[in-house]
Amino acid sequence: MSTESPAQQPASSRVVLAEADINRALTRIAHEILEANKGSQDLVLLGIPRRGYPLARRLAAKIAAADPSVAAEDIIGQLDVTMFRDDLRRHPTRTPLPTQLPAAGIDDKVVVLVDDVLYSGRTIRAALDALVDLGRPRIVRLAVLVDRGHRELPIRADHVGKNLPTSSVEKVRVRLAEIDTNNGSPAADEVVIEDFSA
Amino acid sequence: MKHLLSTADLAKPDAVQILDTAEEMSAVSLREVKKLPVLRGRTVVNLFFEDSTRTRISFEAAAKRLSADVINFAAKGSSVSKGESLKDTAQTLEAMGADAVVIRHWASGAPARLAGSGWIEATVVNAGDGTHEHPTQALLDAFTLRRTWAKLNGTASTGTDLAGMKVAIVGDILHSRVARSNLWLLRTLGAEVTMVAPPTLLPVGSREWPCTISYDLDATLAAGTDAVMMLRVQGERMNAAYFPSTQEYSSRWGFNDLRLAALDASGRDGTIIMHPGPMNRGLEISSAAADSPRSTVLDQVRNGVAVRMAALYLLLSGGTASAAPAPTAAQEAK
Amino acid sequence: MTESNTETTTETNTASTTGTTYLIRGASLTGGDRADLLVRDGKIAEVGSALGAAGAVVIDADGLIALPGMVDLHTHLREPGREDAETVETGTRAAALGGFTAVHAMANSSPVADTAGVVEQVYTLGRSAGWADVRPVGAVTVGLAGERLAELGAMADSRARVRVFSDDGICVSDPVLMRRALEYVKAFDGVIAQHAQEPRLTDGAQMNEGTVSAVLGMTGWPAVAEESIIARDVLLAQHVDSRLHVCHVSTAGSVEIIRWAKARGIKVTAEVTPHHLWLTDELVRSYDPVYKVNPPLRTDEDVQALRAGLADGTIDVIGTDHAPHPSEAKECEWAQAAMGMTGLETALSVVQHTMIESGLIGWADFARITSAMPARIGRLAGQGQPLAAGAAANITLVDPAARWTVDPSAMATKGRNSPFAGRQLPGRVVATFLNGHPTVLDGALNTPARPVREG
Repeated sequence: MSTESPAQQPASSRVVLAEADINRALTRIAHEILEANKGSQDLVLLGIPRRGYPLARRLAAKIAAADPSVAAEDIIGQLDVTMFRDDLRRHPTRTPLPTQLPAAGIDDKVVVLVDDVLYSGRTIRAALDALVDLGRPRIVRLAVLVDRGHRELPIRADHVGKNLPTSSVEKVRVRLAEIDTNNGSPAADEVVIEDFSA
Repeated sequence: MKHLLSTADLAKPDAVQILDTAEEMSAVSLREVKKLPVLRGRTVVNLFFEDSTRTRISFEAAAKRLSADVINFAAKGSSVSKGESLKDTAQTLEAMGADAVVIRHWASGAPARLAGSGWIEATVVNAGDGTHEHPTQALLDAFTLRRTWAKLNGTASTGTDLAGMKVAIVGDILHSRVARSNLWLLRTLGAEVTMVAPPTLLPVGSREWPCTISYDLDATLAAGTDAVMMLRVQGERMNAAYFPSTQEYSSRWGFNDLRLAALDASGRDGTIIMHPGPMNRGLEISSAAADSPRSTVLDQVRNGVAVRMAALYLLLSGGTASAAPAPTAAQEAK
Repeated sequence: MTESNTETTTETNTASTTGTTYLIRGASLTGGDRADLLVRDGKIAEVGSALGAAGAVVIDADGLIALPGMVDLHTHLREPGREDAETVETGTRAAALGGFTAVHAMANSSPVADTAGVVEQVYTLGRSAGWADVRPVGAVTVGLAGERLAELGAMADSRARVRVFSDDGICVSDPVLMRRALEYVKAFDGVIAQHAQEPRLTDGAQMNEGTVSAVLGMTGWPAVAEESIIARDVLLAQHVDSRLHVCHVSTAGSVEIIRWAKARGIKVTAEVTPHHLWLTDELVRSYDPVYKVNPPLRTDEDVQALRAGLADGTIDVIGTDHAPHPSEAKECEWAQAAMGMTGLETALSVVQHTMIESGLIGWADFARITSAMPARIGRLAGQGQPLAAGAAANITLVDPAARWTVDPSAMATKGRNSPFAGRQLPGRVVATFLNGHPTVLDGALNTPARPVREG
């Protein structure tokens, strides 16, 4: 096994979404999802690891808050796409993460895929392939916190927290309190653009 | 990790990664579509110089579930029996596009020879070599133990090791590749190992192994153990004076009904009975023991496919020779 | 050795017929004082300082050591029968390059060297090749089958004048047969060279039995299989008052038994190979059959005991057990591979590394264990004599300061199975004189010595 080389340091970085912005964006997306679905009927939120999953949990909590007939746990799941990626041969082998579906499954459901950043669209393509092997949803939608453009496939998001025009030498880094840490304690939620052009 | 030849080569993170990956592969096996596209377009050759239908079909199912093309090459009745060498056979298979060679061989070290000789570029997976090792068997045994352990403790098995577990390996240690592979892997994962065998069926050099040696199965069981792994013993060994008779072997070192009753009476409900198969019922294990709720024999077979999927995936899917752990949070950016 | 040193043969096999005189100037004689050696008519004509000889070819031996030509008691030349592995021609070229002026060709050829006809054939091939004296070893039993004695007397009386008899590769395990053989060869001052390996204890054995074989899952070859035969044979030799030679001793226990036997005055001599003085069974972890050999590589404890036994005289000689094999015999699984290693072209360097540079012995001891003693055990006239005026001019010139990296593909032997491939070794043979003729000059083959018609 190799140890990954230390991440290259960006020339500069700027915060584009702070904790409150992220919360506001997720609240709006939750309402958009309910609106598009005309309620919470048949709704399933599948987060794509790693950061799509905590975002999906937050959305589910907001949906449950808006519609007391729904229990957040019943509509949440995780969809690992590792083994469906088209770039497996270009990278060191990755350990797959668990795929967990809600008890009721996804057949004939309205599945909303949730991810943090939409970029090339290749992760979502992999997710659609993974989904096909798990069942047959009635509708598949896509919710992302950030859409940074530069699509390489004919894929678009149904619900977007923020459109962020970026250059390809920049990276968009999402930090979430659930999984990211800052000096050992949970990191504050934020979305940062890092510039590697130097 | 380019080849899988011996569990002695596996560092703990490698071993845990294979077991964790096997957890996901196991989940795939429960789905309606039991197939993943990861090895699409890649070719896995099962090169078997020794009959072993069980291991061969387990590898075949694993490779097929990962969408690899599978070629089965049984050395019996082939050009090998006409005197073609291992080198020529392997090079022929590689010329036909083999990306991985899963090799079962009667000669200890044949997979290591294939991997280390420079004859071929393909990844080599040891599917059992002579009396040396059988690493995927040990991995599936560890997977089975880990799940059992987690279930008893009410925890998730992913990411865990076998620290503190006590495992007794019983029988023909001398001729057992399963025993050797299990010893190294169980130690790497933190378990304590006791080898129980007649002194004639322990290698002279086993005195230096990192395990306890016992000639007394009852004493080992009385001391308490989390798992008892019974090894297949061949009746022919009797003719080479390893033991006087199958009856004597069975009464001293077999897991018979008396020992099952004693274990049941001891209140150690968590102790499981393992066997790599194929079993000699009535010799090293009684039918009652093999069919008892303690027996994990069928779990082991089931888990074999998942573990072999994990091994093939980790060895073959990456673009570089080394497998990497999941990227750390700090390294993930899009 | 306790027996009298009777030379039974006096004939010079080969001699320089070119009439060239050589003056070796300034060599250190067996590592001691520097002197000039004048070589003329197959003999050392003079030894002294500042020798002059008109018309002599002068060889500057400044910094070189002159040794009596090395004698190998244990060589497999493979001819007749396995000319794909080695021939007398290629094997003796390797011998000359390795500093040897005489080799004993083991009997396990095909047909087996168990008749006067076969040993004479090998002897004649050696003479016509002209790179070294070839002394055939006769088989003890017909076809090496261990059932009945071969015609030992006929081989002894043949032109090959066989004195060493061995079923090497196979142990004469039947105690009665071994006793008879030991007794019988006394009639012509012969010696039985035993390959000590109890066959039942080594059924299917692949490597030394111990820690490493336990891990590798290979059938073990216990030390006791060698030691029990040696113990039995020294007692037999004592009982019938015969000469016994133990081939390729490989364990610490064997050294102890031989030391005990010698202390009791038993006429036993022993040999060790260069590879057993250095390599251990740890190398087998690679499963590379280049390390597969009979007897097997043992442990470091055994290596140290063998070195000590060689240094204190318990072990009398170095025998290479040069065993060339075609590459396909090694390019396979360990269990399928042939046993054996080449050794003629690396023996001097390996012994220099393991014994001299470790401080255990000096070059005078080297001359004893590689020349004087093997010639004496084999009753070989004209070999193994001290570098003195009147002795046959069998001389090896060595540059002890040279360093070289072993490249099996560059060797004269057909065998590529050197376990020392890629290792850097000390010491290089610069010249080898066979009865006054340089078979090797400047570290390369020169020309063979022409045979003298026997009269």
